[in-house]
Amino acid sequence: MVQDSRQIVIAGAGHAGGSAAAMLRQLGWQGAIVLIGEEPILPYQRPPLSKAWLKGEATAESLALRPPAFYSDAAIGLRLDTRVTCIDRPAKAVLLPNGEAVSYDYLILALGARARRLSLPGADLGGVLELRTAVDADRLKAVLRPGARLAVVGGGYIGLEAAASARALGAEVVIIERESRVLARVACPILSDFFQAFHRRQGVTIEVAAQVAALEGLDGRITGVRLGDGRVVPCDAALIGVGAVANEELARDAGLTCANGIAVDLSARTDDPAIFAIGDCTSRPLPLYGRIGRLESVPNALEQAKQAAASICGKPAPAPEVPWFWSDQYDLRLQIAGMPFDTTEIAVRGDISTGTFALFHLTADGTVQAVEAVNAAPEFMGGRRIVQRRKRLTRVQIEDVSISMHELAA
Amino acid sequence: MPKITYIEHNGSAHAIEVPIGKSVMQGAVDNNVPGIDADCGGECACATCHVYIDAAWLDRIGLPVPGSQEASMLSFAAVTQPDSRLSCQIHVTDAHDGLIVRMPEGQH
Repeated sequence: MVQDSRQIVIAGAGHAGGSAAAMLRQLGWQGAIVLIGEEPILPYQRPPLSKAWLKGEATAESLALRPPAFYSDAAIGLRLDTRVTCIDRPAKAVLLPNGEAVSYDYLILALGARARRLSLPGADLGGVLELRTAVDADRLKAVLRPGARLAVVGGGYIGLEAAASARALGAEVVIIERESRVLARVACPILSDFFQAFHRRQGVTIEVAAQVAALEGLDGRITGVRLGDGRVVPCDAALIGVGAVANEELARDAGLTCANGIAVDLSARTDDPAIFAIGDCTSRPLPLYGRIGRLESVPNALEQAKQAAASICGKPAPAPEVPWFWSDQYDLRLQIAGMPFDTTEIAVRGDISTGTFALFHLTADGTVQAVEAVNAAPEFMGGRRIVQRRKRLTRVQIEDVSISMHELAA
Repeated sequence: MPKITYIEHNGSAHAIEVPIGKSVMQGAVDNNVPGIDADCGGECACATCHVYIDAAWLDRIGLPVPGSQEASMLSFAAVTQPDSRLSCQIHVTDAHDGLIVRMPEGQH
């Protein structure tokens, strides 16, 4: 297969890096591909880690992005359990910890993001967990027994999904959130209220507007989370889910522009024409919104993997996609299309109390910027199309369920 | 193993042996068949594994259950036809040996 003497090095073997390697072959790249990953296992899907994997409904095989034979069949060289320590741009090579230099014609940085850590007393106690990798997930799974007490610090998606899985396994859960509502950074107050109430009905205790003062322990193991008001939430383990930080240091040290992520264009190219960056580690244009942003999602990783592969292979740039996200908790499926920039009004389609509804976020001129849909696939899919087309609607139109989504999206 | 033929929009055909129990989507992804994106990994959340079922197979494969997540997702997918399915929702059995599916022009 390898007839081209050029070599692409992909630094990072997560969802973005693994997918980029596959797409390069789909688009006909004939040169060598070397995929360098820090974890000792083949690229895998992270979304199930907080859900099916925790609940024991997924296997290592079902988690894998592609089976082992794929990499040999597609002549993708795997360098796992190692990492890039330095990019030598003049020499067009990356260095590994053992001093080895791997040369590249193109370099794709798919470095991901890492869990933000708390700088608090007790943060290094045993049983203080995070959830980014399969190893993290296994540590969490090991403590989630019936009756076990899990404290979740941070009411974001990771925290809420883990809480739902923990409840399914019979564990007791307390969520501790600094803001006045869960999902404060990523969803609107209506959605926060809905999820908060739903989790409470499932037996989760939620403390909002709660500061964490310290993690308390005995013999090196966590025993509780001390709050700012002095109360202690006793626990057997604490999951810290307070956001993620882009792994941009390698790029910054190499002189590439970074600002909350490695700066890239719509081809996923950095300011070095031989270096691309994709996935959670990038700060990227959001053409639909005329802005720059960093997205942490699988669809974003795949879109940028496609952009980079198309650019390297000389193919037409793929059409920009509407950013989207999903989260499964209990029997709720949340799907979000778009991002609610500059919105002034929320239209509620459906009855929130039934658990099947969608929130449409409108600008002052009625442009639909984002749709948050709960157990409402037609609203999500139709909404994605509406957002893509920059369609303007009124709140009255959206809330009138006698008008079908097909009509609204037409 | 049942053999499934995936035909890209440009006509390129890929005959793939897919293990029983895997989805038609997974068979394509495992073998890097272009044209099936499968963004969500088989959760029926994205409608980017859309295929058209060959006419000779439509009776046996069937259409999505009306009102199901798949039916809802599909009715808004790009370039839907009466023979559209989401390939993550078709699980391969012995009876699928010889199945032919075609890919739409795009998944987004």
